[in-house]
Amino acid sequence: MPTVPLSGQLINLFAALLLLLAFAMLTQRRILSLINLFALQGLVLMLSTLVVAYSTQQAHLYISAAVTLVLKVLALPWFLHWLIRKLNVRWDVESIVNIPVQMLIGIALVIFAFNLAAPISQMAGTITKSALGIAIASILLSFLMMITRRKAVSQVIGFLSMENGLFFAATSATYGMPMVVELGILFDVLVAALIFGVFFFHIRETFESLDIHHLEKLKER
Amino acid sequence: MNQASGVAFQVLQSVLVVLIAPLVLGWVNQCRAWMQNRSGPGIWQPYRVLNKLFHKDAVLAHNASPLFRATPYILFGCMWLAVGIVPVLATSLPFAPAADVIALVGLFALARVFISLAGMDIGTSFGTLGARREMMIGFLAEPAMLMTLFTASLISHSTSLVTIVQTLGQSEFVIYPSMAFAAIAFLMVLLAENARIPIDNPSTHLELTMIHEAMILEYSARHLALVEWASSLKLTAYITIGIAMFAPWGIAAAGDWTGVPVALGALVVKLAFAGFGLALLETVSAKMRIFRAPEFLATAFLLATLGMLIHFVLEA
Repeated sequence: MPTVPLSGQLINLFAALLLLLAFAMLTQRRILSLINLFALQGLVLMLSTLVVAYSTQQAHLYISAAVTLVLKVLALPWFLHWLIRKLNVRWDVESIVNIPVQMLIGIALVIFAFNLAAPISQMAGTITKSALGIAIASILLSFLMMITRRKAVSQVIGFLSMENGLFFAATSATYGMPMVVELGILFDVLVAALIFGVFFFHIRETFESLDIHHLEKLKER
Repeated sequence: MNQASGVAFQVLQSVLVVLIAPLVLGWVNQCRAWMQNRSGPGIWQPYRVLNKLFHKDAVLAHNASPLFRATPYILFGCMWLAVGIVPVLATSLPFAPAADVIALVGLFALARVFISLAGMDIGTSFGTLGARREMMIGFLAEPAMLMTLFTASLISHSTSLVTIVQTLGQSEFVIYPSMAFAAIAFLMVLLAENARIPIDNPSTHLELTMIHEAMILEYSARHLALVEWASSLKLTAYITIGIAMFAPWGIAAAGDWTGVPVALGALVVKLAFAGFGLALLETVSAKMRIFRAPEFLATAFLLATLGMLIHFVLEA
């Protein structure tokens, strides 16, 4: 193996952990563990951003790492915990496809993403070039989770974790987006999560359940 | 390295591992007892059990075939050979070139076939049941185990455990992200293969869901002692394979007698940590239904596969 500097190795390690966590979320049956895994994913994301910031001397990445810590590791998981306590929804996660099949689809997605990213990585000269495939893979995995879950809370966690993947893709492809864009997206996510929270209450009030299945029949009664 | 020194290493390691294997089991049981707020039997309990069993008279069923009587010896021999191949203390092992990791998996499979046949030999329903379950777990765990080992082999370009240890532990330190996946997959295989929670409960003979204990219900005295000793050896073998792949630091280089004390100390510390971790894992998790086991092991297989993919993307 050619000698990659330690920071590059660390970024690769965090990238692999991110993918591992995306898979763990995909196979998770319990909603509380799902939230904890999401918080952990945020933590890994923050650490990898810190390493990129340190090794490339990009000051604005420190700020986005700090925002990631506050928002994705502390605020959003806390909010989600509060939400499921309020809604009293400690059920097991229900998925449309069973979990082994989901994992097989997941592997196929990972291979697809790696192939997709291979030509880009070869041309890139950044320290994080090989992590792009993993970033795309974790975006697709979160997307898969959103599609295959039946309950609203786990779909929202899928959405948030997809944003984690996008953030990581941005960090690995171009050392982060411009600060304004990054902050804008982060607050977007925050607001989206809050609005989702409000929606949860409304969905439950209308249907007495958080199963999205009920939303398919959009008819006046 | 001269031949005599290598042979001496081999003998030292083989004898040492056989002697400390019950201690590893005792340590795991003791840790688990502590975590469950029991005082526990002490870490020397497996030796007392073995001693007691060796002094008893063996009882055999009337219809027991010679295979039933031979199996404990075959089992013990397989496991002893297995720990002889794994570099536990040093990488200079004359046995090691004879068998790589694939042969090692084959050795475990051989032991599994014999214990399953012995379980069915008497014809009790429990034995047959346990044997069938064991074969099901085995056939699912084996590919996952092989994929895990292949991930390490891809990095070191060799399927020999000695070369793997030399590449990972005795050269310049490099982080291999693929090994994170392989480590988790290996841990899951270790739990399944050694009949630990969440696949099987090692501390009961009273459950309809037992796997390993169901197969060995008919054994007594010295046969049972050998079977128990072999299963503690198997646990130790798996833990040392895990150490060799994922934490190989401290293992002495070939022909380096001065490194042996350090290697011994490192081994004790690592085994203590591994045993503690195993007990912790067994305390916090519950045994899963047997029909969940295929899913558990499929997850292990897929993680190992992912590890290989990651290797090609990040480390090639």
